[in-house]
Amino acid sequence: MSVWTLYEVFVRSKHGLNHKHVGSVHAADSAMAIENARELYTRRSEGVSLWVVPSALITASSPDEKDPLFAPADDKVYRHASFYELPEEVGHM
Amino acid sequence: MYAQLVETGVKRIKSLDEMSAEERNFQEKIDAEIKIEAKNWMPEAYRQTLIRQISQHAHSEIVGMLPEGNWVTRAPSLKRKLQLMAKIQDEAGHGLYLYSAMETLGADRDQEIDKLHSGKAKYSSIFNYPTLSWADMGAVGWLVDGAAIVNQVVLQRTSYGPYSRAMIRICKEESFHQRQGYEMLLTMMRHGTQAQKDMVQDSIDRLWWPALMMFGPSDDNSPNSAQSMAWKIKRQSNDELRQRFVDQTIPQLELLGCTVPDPDLKWNESRGHYDFGEIRWDEFYEVLKGNGPCNQERVATRRKAIEDGAWVREAAVAYARKQQNKNAA
Repeated sequence: MSVWTLYEVFVRSKHGLNHKHVGSVHAADSAMAIENARELYTRRSEGVSLWVVPSALITASSPDEKDPLFAPADDKVYRHASFYELPEEVGHM
Repeated sequence: MYAQLVETGVKRIKSLDEMSAEERNFQEKIDAEIKIEAKNWMPEAYRQTLIRQISQHAHSEIVGMLPEGNWVTRAPSLKRKLQLMAKIQDEAGHGLYLYSAMETLGADRDQEIDKLHSGKAKYSSIFNYPTLSWADMGAVGWLVDGAAIVNQVVLQRTSYGPYSRAMIRICKEESFHQRQGYEMLLTMMRHGTQAQKDMVQDSIDRLWWPALMMFGPSDDNSPNSAQSMAWKIKRQSNDELRQRFVDQTIPQLELLGCTVPDPDLKWNESRGHYDFGEIRWDEFYEVLKGNGPCNQERVATRRKAIEDGAWVREAAVAYARKQQNKNAA
């Protein structure tokens, strides 16, 4: 089956939600990937929409870059609403 | 379930002090219950052990379709036939979730399947027993899938992320299998003829011990367990899981009005568990070695399926290329 392409599968579980990665399938082309994904990941009404993407086309961040990429956000507490203390009289804001 | 006797290739577990910085960092993550993901650094032995365990598990799901496939055309009603086909399709799905998880470790699916066909890779010993009557479809669902659930529920917390996520999906579906099996047996025991009731008891008599063997060797004979536990690839010992299975199954057995072929089975008030007799380990190791009643037939059937399907896979690729060229033109 290695002659077939590996596709990553994303399922939208219901209208209004985003597609979420669920796993992968092998297929000869993208139409077959959709059919295989339907059989494999939505046998019990788990979804209303499917995306398939050839795995080779996905660019992922590397675990080594975790700190340079994500650590700078950690000390920027002023980006969160809860950082700002307001008097009670203001009410809900 | 479905992984019995997985080699780790490790003779002795290293202490944190003996580890390299990378190894220590890895082990500390595991100790802190942080999941390991595909792109994270991992010791080669961890990777290889996982590939062996997940492929063995996947092969079990795939070979596990065969004893049930035996009864599809002979199901007693359309309802039972649909249920059985849905269950078999789930087993195929479980195999595929697991092969996908295995591929994230850099293993090649075809190569691992070749190992199954050449007898190098194992699958659960249980599937080397024949399914001789319709009642076996019920007993397999209840006992075999029941034993699988006990094993797989703990594996949901396994340290490798893709394996753990596959287990979560599988557990959700597996409970349908067990319930439909038990309901089938209950229907025969409550509404069936004497011949049907005898068929249920005969099925339990044949499958009880093989079901207990699914948990693998006893703890004294599990040389690989310590490393697998330290890596949290395995989370509870074979004997602990086997005991849990017996404890939860015997009340269900009594409700059916059946017995198991074990004169030593009895409730032990002081332990708060059932005591049970010694498993015939010589039989277990023989089946694992390839000498069970159906080993050769199972592997031959799988090999034939792959070989007979080769032209379909090739045709699909040729068609996809043709479409691609047409779109490019």
